[in-house]
Amino acid sequence: MYDTVIIGAGMSGLAAGIRLAHFEQRVCILERHNVIGGLNSFYRQGGRNYDVGLHAVTNFTPKGTKRGPLARLLRQLRLGWDELGLIPQVGSEVAFPGVRLKFSNDLELLTSEINRHFPRQKDNFQRLLSQVVDYDQLGAAGSDRSARAVVGGFIDDPLLVDMLFCPLLYYGSAREHDMDFNQFSIMFRAIFMEGLARPLAGVRLILKKLVSKFKALGGELRLRTGVNRIAVKEGAVEKVVLDNGTELETRRVLSSAGWRETMRLCDGDDQPAEQPAGKLSFIETISVLDTEPRAMGHKQTIVFFNDSEKFHYEKPDALTDLRSGVICSPNNFVYDQPLAEGVMRTTALANFDRWAELDEESYRLEKLRWYDRVVASAVRFVPDFRSAVIETDMFTPTTIRRFTGHEDGAIYGAPKKRYDGRTHLDNLFICGTDQGMVGIIGAIVSGITIANQHLLKA
Amino acid sequence: MIADDIRQAIVDILSDITPDDDLTELKEDVAFAEQLDLDSMDFLDIVMELRKRYRIQIPEEDYPKLASMKSTVEYLEPVMKEL
Repeated sequence: MYDTVIIGAGMSGLAAGIRLAHFEQRVCILERHNVIGGLNSFYRQGGRNYDVGLHAVTNFTPKGTKRGPLARLLRQLRLGWDELGLIPQVGSEVAFPGVRLKFSNDLELLTSEINRHFPRQKDNFQRLLSQVVDYDQLGAAGSDRSARAVVGGFIDDPLLVDMLFCPLLYYGSAREHDMDFNQFSIMFRAIFMEGLARPLAGVRLILKKLVSKFKALGGELRLRTGVNRIAVKEGAVEKVVLDNGTELETRRVLSSAGWRETMRLCDGDDQPAEQPAGKLSFIETISVLDTEPRAMGHKQTIVFFNDSEKFHYEKPDALTDLRSGVICSPNNFVYDQPLAEGVMRTTALANFDRWAELDEESYRLEKLRWYDRVVASAVRFVPDFRSAVIETDMFTPTTIRRFTGHEDGAIYGAPKKRYDGRTHLDNLFICGTDQGMVGIIGAIVSGITIANQHLLKA
Repeated sequence: MIADDIRQAIVDILSDITPDDDLTELKEDVAFAEQLDLDSMDFLDIVMELRKRYRIQIPEEDYPKLASMKSTVEYLEPVMKEL
């Protein structure tokens, strides 16, 4: 009999596992995949290490900071600040037609850029800042309002509104075009008020740290172990049945598989009404270069770009939407030693259904075709790096589906978030993407919060 | 345990929770929350660590007594005397 079975060995499941194992629960984490990490996994190919999803860790705050999600998770997981090896960004940019806004891990830069390019919005931006909800106030009355409506009430230049939304939507919105003001506040703090960072070795450093901590506390991790169903009896989880038929008895289950995905695992017909699945999925091209990006004149860490009058954050009709995207160079963090090679990653919105319906041959061809198109789109906003490319890789919406199990390759899960983590069953809880916090730090905090609120009570 | 042992036990717990903090300067009668910027989650952790390490249960209504080192030691002395 386990105290808690956790579904999914991503950031949130591992963090929850550490909390529970630390306080002497018998915990088992089940992971369908043969590697840990979920959306933030990693792989090795052709002798090179790649990260799956990571551009940058958001919510970065310097050593010694006491407030905010990073400081909180370090205390909760008993980690020292140095252990995550986070190195801050050089500086990033939002590039729209005719105007570029720089931002860094110091809010002052964004503020001065707004004052310079949008002088009429100077006071409006300050008023917006004063309204951004604090982490402790999440879920408070009114914070589920449309963020577009709230922000539009302060800032009356639609171009600036779109430019502020672009990074926040791309790095965390499960909803098309908009997000609730809760989510906006989380993302605004994470990206503009705290900041971006990355470990030199990439996401594997963080994952390995979490796994070794979990195992050292006596936690059990089973890879290649899918859950077939959750057996329900009298309004509670009775046991967890694995794909191979094994039955696990447990007092509680914590699932990071996603809300809909978790509901589908549950036996019985008393499940809550079906919620819409997320529609937003991405394609990403990875270009390995024979030189450092900055040697080609590219100094930014992340460039969020859009070429149109309006910014369209929505599921495209075509396989991929070339109007906007995110260009990340993992080299452009202030490491004290360079990465082995130059890398440029470009993300763009993509249509899961269109990618999923391709047969194997067409899928391969479309990948090649869209690699070229996405990179051609990106080099309108950064120096043309194509002559330096020595290796490429790519993920599509179907890759996301494979790594995360998220229906429709919905990178940020379902639009409706479950901030309290509860379900229709007394002893089944959810954490991770569909609980409400995204990004690496957000996911870890999600696992910790739900573990504390629901699973650590005696 | 006597007062000094209890004080050391609390320091050990705090240094686990905030490994980056220097606890040698910890003041006796200033609230932990103030000195170390601890939040409610951290307080719960102090309680849970005491339960884990010394098997003592602290009822929720007594949590305010763990505010500072002085009040914590005073509160725990009778509870941990036999340990």
